[in-house]
Amino acid sequence: MEVSVSDFDNLKATELRLGLPGIDAPEKPAPVSPRGSKRALLKANEECWPGTSKSLEADTSNQEAQPMAKAQVIGWPPIRSYRKNSFKARKAEVEAAGLFVKVSMDGAPYLRKIDLKVYKGYKELREALDNMFRCFSTGELSGMEGCNGSEYAITYEDKDGDWMLVGDVPWEMFISSCKRLRIMRRSEATGMPSSP
Amino acid sequence: MREERSDMSEDEDGGGGSAKSRGGGGAPPPFSDQVLEIVLENVLQFLSSRRDRNAASLVCRSWYRAEAQTRRELFIGNCYAVSPRRATERFRRIRAVVLKGKPRFADFGLVPINWGAHFHPWVSAMAAAYPWLEKLCLKRMSVADGDLSLLAHSFPNFRELSLICCEGFSTAGLAVIAEKCRHLRVLDLIEDYLEDDEDEMVDWISRFPETTTCLESLGFDCVGGAVNFEALEALVTRSPALRRLRVNHHVSVEQLHRLMARAPQLTHLGTGSFGSAAAAAAAAIPQGGNNVVDLVSTFAASKSLVCLSGFRDMAPQYLPAIYPVCASLTSLNFSFAEISAEELIPVIRHCHSLQIFWVLDTVRDEGLQAVAATCKDLRELRVFPLDATEDSEGSVSDVGLIAISEGCRKLRSILYFCQQMTNVAVVTMSKNCQDLVVFRLCIMGRRRPDHVTGEPMDEGFGAIVMNCKKLRRLAVSGLLTDKAFAYIGKYGKLVRTLSVAFAGNTDLALMYVLEGCTKLQKLEIRDSPFGDSALPAGLHHYYNMRFLWMSSCKLSVRGCMEVAQRLPHLVVEVIRERDEDDDHEAVEKLYMYRSLAGPRNDAPPFVEIL
Repeated sequence: MEVSVSDFDNLKATELRLGLPGIDAPEKPAPVSPRGSKRALLKANEECWPGTSKSLEADTSNQEAQPMAKAQVIGWPPIRSYRKNSFKARKAEVEAAGLFVKVSMDGAPYLRKIDLKVYKGYKELREALDNMFRCFSTGELSGMEGCNGSEYAITYEDKDGDWMLVGDVPWEMFISSCKRLRIMRRSEATGMPSSP
Repeated sequence: MREERSDMSEDEDGGGGSAKSRGGGGAPPPFSDQVLEIVLENVLQFLSSRRDRNAASLVCRSWYRAEAQTRRELFIGNCYAVSPRRATERFRRIRAVVLKGKPRFADFGLVPINWGAHFHPWVSAMAAAYPWLEKLCLKRMSVADGDLSLLAHSFPNFRELSLICCEGFSTAGLAVIAEKCRHLRVLDLIEDYLEDDEDEMVDWISRFPETTTCLESLGFDCVGGAVNFEALEALVTRSPALRRLRVNHHVSVEQLHRLMARAPQLTHLGTGSFGSAAAAAAAAIPQGGNNVVDLVSTFAASKSLVCLSGFRDMAPQYLPAIYPVCASLTSLNFSFAEISAEELIPVIRHCHSLQIFWVLDTVRDEGLQAVAATCKDLRELRVFPLDATEDSEGSVSDVGLIAISEGCRKLRSILYFCQQMTNVAVVTMSKNCQDLVVFRLCIMGRRRPDHVTGEPMDEGFGAIVMNCKKLRRLAVSGLLTDKAFAYIGKYGKLVRTLSVAFAGNTDLALMYVLEGCTKLQKLEIRDSPFGDSALPAGLHHYYNMRFLWMSSCKLSVRGCMEVAQRLPHLVVEVIRERDEDDDHEAVEKLYMYRSLAGPRNDAPPFVEIL
């Protein structure tokens, strides 16, 4: 970032930036980024003030630039906690609620409940269901990828009340539309569309 | 909303009783002078502005005494600038007090808890000195339930209590106020932090007198817990003078409907949640499609509504209910409602009379363009961020700012949070909105430059101070070099409040401001590279200021000590967060203010007074 003011010596060299690395202007020197406490921050600042010849260019390869940019500073942006808490409270309510759905398995005497939000994707979900219902089946469930070899298919009921095969849509879309899960015997699943 | 609180505005200032050191009293004057004083008192009682009064009190001893006798409203901008005893001794007939405590940066967590600003010594002194006290307004004070109790028991004629950004009290304190203050007209709780445990909350609403009350304003949107709704409804019913009601988010839209039906004369309404949450089910109020229709007619019946706020958990389908009042609204606060441009536009289209508008950036530039197209009379705009973090996407930008500047030429005050800004936009605003008194721009990413040119934001802020000749309050952000401060010092001759964060390059910047801004009263700086050598530049001026705050700058104890020694009436506080044994020299936080009271005796251990 060029500051073309001739009356300031070494302005560029001594310029200290704590902001995000330049998004719009790639030529900007990377900010000096001391880790840790404000103490260290102050000390690092002092090293770069006018009077020293330390150039910021030397720091462009500093890999610590990214974490520093992401670190939140106390009281910045200047929003009162009253306002922050109003939204946080609501967010927390939504997040704490979780996304619990019932899981039934054909032939099992009781149902289970799982929180879809704790899984990152289909693979984790499948493994979890495997573990949960292992005692009720002779082999792996593996209902996700194709119908070969597995005894069961994992299906779900969506918002419209339709029963769908798990795995077709992106994960985020799935968890937002899934109301309950059913682990269905393959023999009963013959009417289902096969996965592409 | 703050529109009634013009006396609380940061821009209005004065020494109150504090700036001039004179003894109060002395030997009684001769008879002829007494007559003169009585005449003077009769004249001076018409003087209401405290600046005028301060000036009058300086004329001579006689005027000083007469003014002291006739002053009815006491404004203390810094509770530590004068001792309660001194204030109550000089002014004997006060009916209304405004008292401010902590520095503003306390709102953002920069001042440790238990720093001070205790209400207790003040309420104790006033209880003895001002038995006829009627009004009290506290801002950023630490208020205990015991203080509220003392208040309620000491002032039989007490009428108005406003607590803004205060902490330390609970619903128990509110209960005593409700019960004992039989002439209470105003109880306004604005952004306070109540110390309530979930299971220890007191039903304070039920404690108001059973008879008809003289309540005119009741605001409790910051009270965390649900209030007894039946009691609230009954209270509203027996308060025919009620004009302003602001409920908290536990009040559902169905409950609001009932309250509004009881009080069609309301002028200011804080709507609570404006959503139909579990509260409705709990109160067993029948739901159904009728509700929205009912709500519309209720709003239509509230012909006096000029100010709407709340909308804490707003369900968008209820928004059309407010259409009947939009045309007469002068103030609208949507800053807790996550509404989109599509949801805003049908509403704002009707709001021709709007003067004050607070909103979330979820409405985006498009929403702001709609505001600019309709609200030609807009005086104050505040755009808050939904996601108040540095890396957030940022939904409004220079585009929205330009639109506002072109549509709302009468704009006086703006607070604008964004992630992207350009100098061109700020310059445009400076030219279009010549009436600007308050300009606060917060580019949330620290030290962010003009996102189009990559240059610092110097020219934009420079244009603001140059072109907006009435500017009194300025908050800067983005990438700023010393040049920006040179502009501020050169052109910001009326600036009274300046907020600086992550800006400037050298001490010169601070020096420009201290030397140039002759009317400067409040200067708050954080995380900027200003050191000891800049401080002496303000020695000629610090006694004219209410305070200087500097945190995470480059100050040392030695530099601050020099100032403290040169100016004996300045209290220089060094605030340390924790025991910093490795470096006692560095000053993490400096808070210094003029004071007639000397170093305070209630300073906690982490505060060192030099």
